[in-house]
Amino acid sequence: MIELRGVRKRFGEQVVLDGVDFEVREGETLALLGPSGTGKSVLLKHINGLIRPDAGKVLVDGLEVATLHRKELSELRTHIGYVFQNGALFDSMNVFENVRLGLSDETKFNDLEYARTRVAECLKLVNLASETMDKFPAQLSGGMRKRVGIARAIAGAPKYLLYDEPTSGLDPVNADIIDGLVTRLDEELGVTSVMVTHDVRGAFNVADRIALLSDGRIVLQGTPEEFRQSENPKVKAFLERDFETSSYAA
Amino acid sequence: MTSTILRLPRFTGRLILGFLAQFGRISLLVVELVRGLAEVRIWVPRTFTEAATVGLGSLPIVFVIAAFAGAVTAFQAGYQWQTNLPVYVLGTLIVETIVLELGPVLIGLVLAGRIGARYAAELGTMRVTEQIDALESLGRSPASHLIIPRVLASTLMLPVLVIIADVVAVGAGWISVKQVLPVTDADFAYGAKYFWRPFDAYYGLIKATSFGFAIGLISCYMGFNTKQGAEGVGKSTTAAIVASSVVILLLNVLLAKLLLNR
Repeated sequence: MIELRGVRKRFGEQVVLDGVDFEVREGETLALLGPSGTGKSVLLKHINGLIRPDAGKVLVDGLEVATLHRKELSELRTHIGYVFQNGALFDSMNVFENVRLGLSDETKFNDLEYARTRVAECLKLVNLASETMDKFPAQLSGGMRKRVGIARAIAGAPKYLLYDEPTSGLDPVNADIIDGLVTRLDEELGVTSVMVTHDVRGAFNVADRIALLSDGRIVLQGTPEEFRQSENPKVKAFLERDFETSSYAA
Repeated sequence: MTSTILRLPRFTGRLILGFLAQFGRISLLVVELVRGLAEVRIWVPRTFTEAATVGLGSLPIVFVIAAFAGAVTAFQAGYQWQTNLPVYVLGTLIVETIVLELGPVLIGLVLAGRIGARYAAELGTMRVTEQIDALESLGRSPASHLIIPRVLASTLMLPVLVIIADVVAVGAGWISVKQVLPVTDADFAYGAKYFWRPFDAYYGLIKATSFGFAIGLISCYMGFNTKQGAEGVGKSTTAAIVASSVVILLLNVLLAKLLLNR
């Protein structure tokens, strides 16, 4: 279980998170919605300790992330797969080497035969052919890079998966493919997922529960149905704006 | 006037705090490097790859700089020459100037630009494209994967490149001085050996090693702490070259005082 309790974070004069309370239950997929620049990615990076809070607590399986020692944090991170917004693939490595880095067990990492099988398996899970292994990130399309990023995140069989804007910059067809992939992976791998997005349609398609972040705080956390019925002006404004610009309607 | 007087201590205070903050962050990076050394299996192969890239890639520029530096030293020696001095002194002058000063400092400054810019730009780009965050999120240490190999490669390769530069520069100086003064090979070789002490070579190599370490550490630090996209990468790269060059000149003075004037 992931819990954030009163998390505050500021960068210089700018307050990004102003007392965020937030929880993700075992096995669920939670979509974190919010307009661009509201600190959704910052919040996500608190979960695996890439950013430390100025105040408040971030707990993963009861462990307070900010107080963990280096080794403990590295160990925890092997249970949390992180999918970066633009893939964050290593330019100098091919797809095989990129995905192989996701193997958290050093023995398995060094076993080249196992690594090739596992990488091919992970690529298959994200609908990529094993021939992709020898390509470099520069030779891949945006959608493929995102899928390789997901393959790398799942290679170590994590318990949690954190997605940072997995569909941003993609056309609707590719965005739907990624949304479908997230749902399928959650079902097949049984992971607990948090997906940061500003794509309301995708969030409603994928998530068991949704949270809306606005002005540094969680405005509402609930099921898609609770969101639709919410009278909170911020929730209504956010949903209406998106519904107006998309073909999706509840 | 009053506001200017008030601004001065504030400016000085900020400058000192800024310097202390940078010093603190570099110290933390050094601590990370020491910790990362335990992961031998990770950094050893990467260090070899990096050293080969740095060493082989820098050879052409090292040859060019060294040849021209050697020739200019010889021509200047010829220009300042007085006939009452024995000609073998030219051998001494050229060899000592190159080995003690010109070789390490010129190559250090040139490689501060070449290697320093490369390291800072590479790591800076990795920072702004979240590749470093990705490495950390995979439970892997950026120190052992990215920084130790680079710092070690520049520390180990700079002395090697300086030795090559010294040989090329002395050769170029030897050939050049014969074009302007009636000095024989025997005179030159006699002069070169006459004042030569093994310490001169050690001194040059100590300088080269410390310059290599400074270039690696400063450039990696600048790149690793890059912020704000492409503009940030540009700033880090420039800062890495400027800071490495200044530190090389400072170390040059410091080592001369400590090792030559004991």
